[in-house]
Amino acid sequence: MDTIYYLFQNMLPVAISLLLVALGGMFSEIGGIINIALEGIMLFGAFIAALFVYSVQGTDMSPQTILLLGMVVAAISGLIYSLLLSFAAVTMKADQVITGTSLNMLIPAAILLFAKMFFGSDGITTNVNFYIREVHILGKIPVIGKLFFQNTYLTVMIGLVFLVIAVIIFYRTKFGLRLRACGEHPHAADSVGINVHKMRYAGASISGILAGIGGFFYSVGITDGNVNGHTGVAGFGFLALAVMIFGQWKPMRIFFGALFFAFLRTLAYSVSLIPFLSNLGIDQTYYKMLPYFATMIVLAFTSKKSRAPKAEGIPYDKSQR
Amino acid sequence: MDNYIIEMLGITKMFPGIIANDNITLQLKKGEIHALLGENGAGKSTLMSVLFGLYQPEYGEIRKNGEVVNINNPNDANDLGIGMVHQHFKLVEIFTVLENIILGVEPNKAGFLQKSEARKKVVELSEKYGLSVDPDAYVEEITVGMQQRAEILKMLYRDNEILIFDEPTAVLTPQEIREILQIMKGFAKEGKSILFITHKLNEIMEVADRCTVLRKGKYIGTVDIEDTTKEELSKMMVGRDISFKVKKEKSKPKEIVLSVENLTVPSKIHKNNAVKNVSFNIKAGEIVCLAGIDGNGQTELVNALTGLEKASSGTIRLKERDITRDNIRKRSASGMSHIPEDRHKHGLVLEYKLEENLVLQRYWQKEFQKGGFIKFDNVRKYANRLIKEYDIRSGQGPVTIVRSMSGGNQQKAIIAREIDKEHELLIAVQPTRGLDVGAIEYVHNQLIKTRDAGKAVFLVSLELEEVLNVSDRILVIYEGEIVGELDPKETTPEELGLYMSGAKRNTGKEANDGK
Repeated sequence: MDTIYYLFQNMLPVAISLLLVALGGMFSEIGGIINIALEGIMLFGAFIAALFVYSVQGTDMSPQTILLLGMVVAAISGLIYSLLLSFAAVTMKADQVITGTSLNMLIPAAILLFAKMFFGSDGITTNVNFYIREVHILGKIPVIGKLFFQNTYLTVMIGLVFLVIAVIIFYRTKFGLRLRACGEHPHAADSVGINVHKMRYAGASISGILAGIGGFFYSVGITDGNVNGHTGVAGFGFLALAVMIFGQWKPMRIFFGALFFAFLRTLAYSVSLIPFLSNLGIDQTYYKMLPYFATMIVLAFTSKKSRAPKAEGIPYDKSQR
Repeated sequence: MDNYIIEMLGITKMFPGIIANDNITLQLKKGEIHALLGENGAGKSTLMSVLFGLYQPEYGEIRKNGEVVNINNPNDANDLGIGMVHQHFKLVEIFTVLENIILGVEPNKAGFLQKSEARKKVVELSEKYGLSVDPDAYVEEITVGMQQRAEILKMLYRDNEILIFDEPTAVLTPQEIREILQIMKGFAKEGKSILFITHKLNEIMEVADRCTVLRKGKYIGTVDIEDTTKEELSKMMVGRDISFKVKKEKSKPKEIVLSVENLTVPSKIHKNNAVKNVSFNIKAGEIVCLAGIDGNGQTELVNALTGLEKASSGTIRLKERDITRDNIRKRSASGMSHIPEDRHKHGLVLEYKLEENLVLQRYWQKEFQKGGFIKFDNVRKYANRLIKEYDIRSGQGPVTIVRSMSGGNQQKAIIAREIDKEHELLIAVQPTRGLDVGAIEYVHNQLIKTRDAGKAVFLVSLELEEVLNVSDRILVIYEGEIVGELDPKETTPEELGLYMSGAKRNTGKEANDGK
């Protein structure tokens, strides 16, 4: 039983990071912009937020306050970085995949350069402890307390709040309806007076904010405050794209997709705790391939039926009918 | 005293290489149905897009009730009470009808949608005007007719007073056409003003009060429908007399070119066969027409003949040679030409230049390539010849991107390519769909010319008039079977209708007597 609690508690921070980034990808794509730059945006958000944490650590600010402020910093930096994509893809009508790829390649290199110049290493490591042993009262609830409110991070709660907000925006608001129209049939949106360019900027910007936060949460919950230019975010941006496709561009399904991939990853890192698996004698490295391998299999089987926003990836051109 | 609700004065709109609207004037009275007539590419849609705010004209002004107004985007048009049903519906397929109707003018509280309020209004409107739709049905799951009603409700929901219908009948069945024309009349009676874009003269004569005619981007004139005739209108539109009756000699059928035996083609939509054990043949020098209501296996039959789909059994012989298992290139090379049903999907590469499209069937021949490299000089020369011979009009000649050409000229390009290549059999599937009278006459003449040159022509058509006028022999298809063979000179539209709806059949003996 303890193993299950352990797996669950470790899975959540991973799942939340994936969830936020995948939701970001979703908001961008339902507006019509393919955001392949999620990986780069994550890393950028994580790095700037880490710089912020680094600069305030040691002061008497409480860790959870630092986390919240760091999140805001990550969100803003993610937003700024995503504007490069929006500008290229919407205003300049550039190819979105190529733009995204170049944005992805820029960041690790920039981090290496910057970190070597100022820290003499590959990246930076912060040493604020964001870990929460047990939440007051809530942690005492049987089962649920153990699953959600012990050995956890504030990021989990925040992530779930974001999920709820995303669902509401997606299904219940004017903005969500208009954004989806822009990714599906921009000419229809235009013909009823919706500014397609503006909506696409909005969609990509939300994705920048969420991916920036997701990147920061990754460094908080998974790498213990280390952000470097070598391992980056270990392909989580791309994994998030897979989660998004797996979730068919719908928030709740994306949530389950994120849980699934996070479970595989946590399992892979916890093999030694599970007697059955460790007795098999398979090298741990193979288990670590699981989430990535699962991505390939899942995509191979789901992509045939997948229903991507119809107009995604196509710059909007009024004159084409 | 002018009582015009909308006036477009001296509108000029230019696109690269083409003047789409050249000093056009259009005046719409309150409560009238005003038809806008012109051939494909005459500039009707451009003019309406200007009125609706999608394009800004280079010159000219628009007035509403005598006052000059600026329409910079669809919002401005909407504020002035102008609504439009576009030729290609502007509906988001994954949304419900209701969501599509409210899109852009969503009733909301602090950004949250208030759908129930909207639903009430939509239901009221649809009951008031007899526009039956299910507001909660998804657009991708409803019929074209219902999608159109959704588009109309979109305008009514916005309380538009000036309604633009851009070729509303092009995609509808005859019954639906009758309905929509009635609906339009109802609107006019209520005091709404209607602009009706079309190139179907019968419909104009039936519902319109006045008609403005455009030709090649220029204003030709405005006439009262009461004082005019179909012939006069078509002359204004095309610039010359059009004969509605196709002129042709009696056919002189010779040897069999295509023979189909016991052909069966499975359906991709349902489990049954789409084409069931069909046999027929076509001789040189005759036009055989396959008549039938859409969706009775015509598409599958043609696809099996041309190689786009595989037949599950049966044989197809072209000039004695069994081609049942040949690939498309081989069929084409052995003398089959094909004017496909969907010219955008199977007829043209829309992003290619006109000249490239014209050699699509023969770029691999010695004349046009050497060692894998295209001889562009020869391609250009060839394209120029076809453009001249077949009168294909476009903005920039052989280098025009085909997507930018009008439907009629796109079709001319396909016809030129298919007829100019060596062929014994021409398969033409709904070759006049969506074309105006001038282009239809052109296509019919080309088909007859091909026949007179001793080729076999297989025409698939849904239009009774075309079936009866053009063909030398009619085969009727119903639910994948050939249920009758008729002589166009002896049959009537009513009789043909009975066969097409499955109420009558004379298969077997007579169909086989042709052998």
